[in-house]
Amino acid sequence: MSTRDHDNKAARAQMFAKLQRALKDGPAQSARRTHVEGRVADPPNHPLPERVRRSRNELRMQFKAFLEGQSASVLEVAGAGDVPAAIANWLRGHNLPLTVRMGDDAALAELPWSREPALLRENGPAKESDTTGLSHAFAGIAETGTLALTSGPDNPVTLNFVPENHVIVLADADLVGPYEEVWTRLRQRFGKGQMPRTVNFISGPSRTADIGGKLVTGAHGPRRLCVVLVSEPMT
Amino acid sequence: MNSTAHNFKSNARVALGDQQLQSALGNLKGGLVANRTKARAALPEFEALRDVAKDIKNHTIANLDLYLEIYEQNARAAGAVVHFAETAADARDIILKICRDANAKIVTKGKSMVSEEIGLNAHLEAAGGIEVVETDLGEYLVQIRKETPSHIIAPAIHLTQGQVEADFRRLHTHLPKDRVLVEPAQLVNEARGILRQKFMTADVGITGANFLIAETGSSIIVTNEGNGDLTQSLAKTHVVITSIEKLVPTLEDLSTILRLLARSATGQECSTYMTLSTGGRRVNDHDGPPNYHVVILDNGRTDLIGTEFQDVLRCIRCGACMNHCPVYGAIGGHAYGWVYPGPIGSVLTPALIGVKEAGNLPNASTFCGKCADVCPMKIPLPDLMRHWREAEFDLGDLPRGYRTGLAGWAFFARRPRLYHLAAKVGIPLLSLFGRRGRFSSLPFAGGWTRYRDLPAPQGRTFQQLWAERQAGVTR
Repeated sequence: MSTRDHDNKAARAQMFAKLQRALKDGPAQSARRTHVEGRVADPPNHPLPERVRRSRNELRMQFKAFLEGQSASVLEVAGAGDVPAAIANWLRGHNLPLTVRMGDDAALAELPWSREPALLRENGPAKESDTTGLSHAFAGIAETGTLALTSGPDNPVTLNFVPENHVIVLADADLVGPYEEVWTRLRQRFGKGQMPRTVNFISGPSRTADIGGKLVTGAHGPRRLCVVLVSEPMT
Repeated sequence: MNSTAHNFKSNARVALGDQQLQSALGNLKGGLVANRTKARAALPEFEALRDVAKDIKNHTIANLDLYLEIYEQNARAAGAVVHFAETAADARDIILKICRDANAKIVTKGKSMVSEEIGLNAHLEAAGGIEVVETDLGEYLVQIRKETPSHIIAPAIHLTQGQVEADFRRLHTHLPKDRVLVEPAQLVNEARGILRQKFMTADVGITGANFLIAETGSSIIVTNEGNGDLTQSLAKTHVVITSIEKLVPTLEDLSTILRLLARSATGQECSTYMTLSTGGRRVNDHDGPPNYHVVILDNGRTDLIGTEFQDVLRCIRCGACMNHCPVYGAIGGHAYGWVYPGPIGSVLTPALIGVKEAGNLPNASTFCGKCADVCPMKIPLPDLMRHWREAEFDLGDLPRGYRTGLAGWAFFARRPRLYHLAAKVGIPLLSLFGRRGRFSSLPFAGGWTRYRDLPAPQGRTFQQLWAERQAGVTR
């Protein structure tokens, strides 16, 4: 069975022509265009909730409270040196294999893994048999208790969804108040208007309420989410 | 998707008598409605943000051609293939061709109401011989029953846990017969195991998009289960099917509207997963789909621009209007007969498939106004339904009794003195005949009294009360 070939160029032209007719666009086009392009180049500052303007300490507590309210664990550690032990202990506490899958992230690679010789690390994107994925967050958002992760060889996106357990390391310096600060940081890191393949916002383990309206965690993605919040700056 | 909207009245009658449905709908108030109330109270800025969000979307629609152009340019620069589909048939053909080019045998799908609108699954299966698997749990439950979603964010809200168990036992016959399926978690686990294999073997993953962002050329999906992410990151090809009005200008506009979306929908502070996708796998990436297609559907939406129905294009598909609607709460979503149920469906369906087919829907409203009260985008839904009622009347093919009744009422309504006189005579007469203050049957009011008593008028007319009030008389 064959279908008719779709002429994308013609359809595009048709749709734009129709839109411009509907918008009754005429000579105003250039003025409109200047305004719209200016608004994209310099995005508006919409009002932000009061809850993102709190003290550093309050933001940290709010971040933690939201995540814990969504059944995630939050481990606070003093320095990068404490991260391997925190991860190993969390895995032991849940009777999980002492193996994590991680990408090429430099900050994660430089952690003193030798302090936890029993903890095995495998490199690369997720495999179906992996039990725990380990990622380094691009940012944390105190407004809703959310982690922002950027995909790439450093932190492959499949680590966030395929393994049953997900551990995310976040440096305290990367904890921000509102989403808008993440936009600013993304523009700084990747360039204005540029994005990695995915930016993933994660606010807890996977969940569903599709059966009888009752909340169940561990729908398709991770059943457990553990956030390791590191007070001192990481490399 | 085929419509049964013209059968609304009989659909509704069947729904009212369906015990399982009535039991399932009972969860609505304690769940989604109560959660929204709590979430709204926890964000004092909620009301102010509604106004900002409304302005953002009005501005976007007023410049939709320009934002579409900017979006397209940025998406292409990031490696996306952008397709334009004027009609549902165009969108189906485009996606079928993408699947064929990918030699697809299995296609996984995240939740997408636009894909329901274009009848995508049936087309890929019939014309392409492709196995299409819905991966959102609610969508999966609906798919295995050969039904359609009855709610735009909770597609299986019409099903009870017992029905799900029965379906799983009927279909998942490779699993032990004596397995325990008492808890929702056990049912979720079973579905997880089955769908995992589909994620791992799918050739193409199809998702919708909650928004398209012009500034970055990104699409975004907002989910709780993580199925959309497995769908779009494990297959070699990711197809986004979405519609033209989903555009927002910048990331700042997006975050402002996102503050309203989850709170209005499920009453969450935010959904568990929000994923921005821009282009396909990058040169150094170890995973993610090498191919990324975006199909942008019009299907009659542009025709609404510049009409009294333009406001409906602000809709962000949160479902708050149906969660709070007394009519939806009584009959559920299937009775509406097409893709979009509830108040938003009563406005959108006549616009997309015609008032002749869907004219019943805007009549199925008490005009209580709750939908407009809770709509995060402040869409005046009852006003828009009223416009459709006028359009339906103007078509001239309403039943004669209906037209005569309306004409009779209009005759009096346009003659205030006569109306007043009729009310002054009629009201006391009605209150005289109403036994114990109510009627259990009344000529011309069978539609009401078949299901409940009609309260009898208790005293003076509205106009009398109004006149007294104006004159400063207190009782």
